[in-house]
Amino acid sequence: MFPPVLLLATVAVGTVPAAAALASARWPYRSPAAAILLWQALGLSWGLAAVGALAGLGAVRGRWGVAGGALPGAADALHDAALGSVAAVLSAFARLAFLLAGAALLALLCWVLLTASTTVLLARRRHRTLLSLLAHGDPKVPGALVVDSPAAAAYCVPGLRSQIVVSAGTLALLDAAELAAVLAHERAHLRERHDLVLLPFSALSQAFPRSRLVRQAYAEVALLVEMLADDRALRHRPARELATALLRVGASGAGHAPSGALAAVTAPEGETVARVSRLLAPAPRLPAPALALIWSAAAVLVLVPAAVLLLPL
Amino acid sequence: MDVLWESDEPLTVRQVGAHLTDRDLAHTTVMTVLDRLAKKGFARRERDGRAWRYCAAADRETYVTELMLHALDQTGDRSAALASFARRVSDAEAQVLRRELESLGEIARS
Repeated sequence: MFPPVLLLATVAVGTVPAAAALASARWPYRSPAAAILLWQALGLSWGLAAVGALAGLGAVRGRWGVAGGALPGAADALHDAALGSVAAVLSAFARLAFLLAGAALLALLCWVLLTASTTVLLARRRHRTLLSLLAHGDPKVPGALVVDSPAAAAYCVPGLRSQIVVSAGTLALLDAAELAAVLAHERAHLRERHDLVLLPFSALSQAFPRSRLVRQAYAEVALLVEMLADDRALRHRPARELATALLRVGASGAGHAPSGALAAVTAPEGETVARVSRLLAPAPRLPAPALALIWSAAAVLVLVPAAVLLLPL
Repeated sequence: MDVLWESDEPLTVRQVGAHLTDRDLAHTTVMTVLDRLAKKGFARRERDGRAWRYCAAADRETYVTELMLHALDQTGDRSAALASFARRVSDAEAQVLRRELESLGEIARS
């Protein structure tokens, strides 16, 4: 085993406790954007390092790092397997197995991202078609669509033809200022394409449904994205309006469910409460040096495994 | 689609067009729209002599429920297709939120 593989393996293993630590840290609520960046870097770094470490165990040292040595490694192993002694054949099979495992992991990661994107696109298309049949405009919420349902719902359908949707239940529940705060929140989601931030994490949680850490990561990034949109909405609306809107929509849960299924699944404990208390009693944002440290850490996390994969060592 | 939902019996293209007089649509336009709805599964059609008769595949409430289930992330697939403003909370949490709201109201009044 040569050092680059050791480095990749260390990164792949090290990102796991790092992600666990990030999931339980409190500072992300103070600067959601920086925390999201760190989550993305951790995820990408883990993927690169895990694929690279597996492939690296079977690759030969080449001019282009692990990526360039993978195919020659496979050829080498096949050659050894055909000609060598018992020990050489065993080692050749082990190397081939590692190469195949690396390729399989890479294929799995690409596949889940692809299927998750397709599922999301199809679901959105059906949703948009239904909206075009059912929803209508309302002067109380300019630029948004209204669906006649007593359940309190406000959401956006991201995409090239993005839409903000508010239910009649929400219109009845909130006053004009609160509605404006909700719209500002949803517009921030659409403008910054937060759905694209969430997509890889959603795909990973579908690929590894048993992994508690992956589920935690997805839930955490989803919450951070909401907080980021809250922060953006605060540029246009006072915190209080957004907070009372959240309280009203969140608390409406019990009574208004139109069917049994609606009451069954609830948001993770404390999520809405965390957002409200963050709005009403904001903690100071992280100081600039801390933010710089987070950005550098994110860059190092991605660049180190990428360099080992691609550059000759 | 509204015309189909409000009608009790399957309608021909001509009958649907007759309901839409205010929109001044050509017969072929109505036919195309109904055909598309049928292909997407929102309308069912049956032969009646030389004409097709169309009716809604499901009532309006069914589709509203589907929209809301999807919107409130209750379908269980957690596909991140939509982004909800505030997701449903447990009863215990709803209590906490209501208390918080009441205390806010008192601050505002005092």
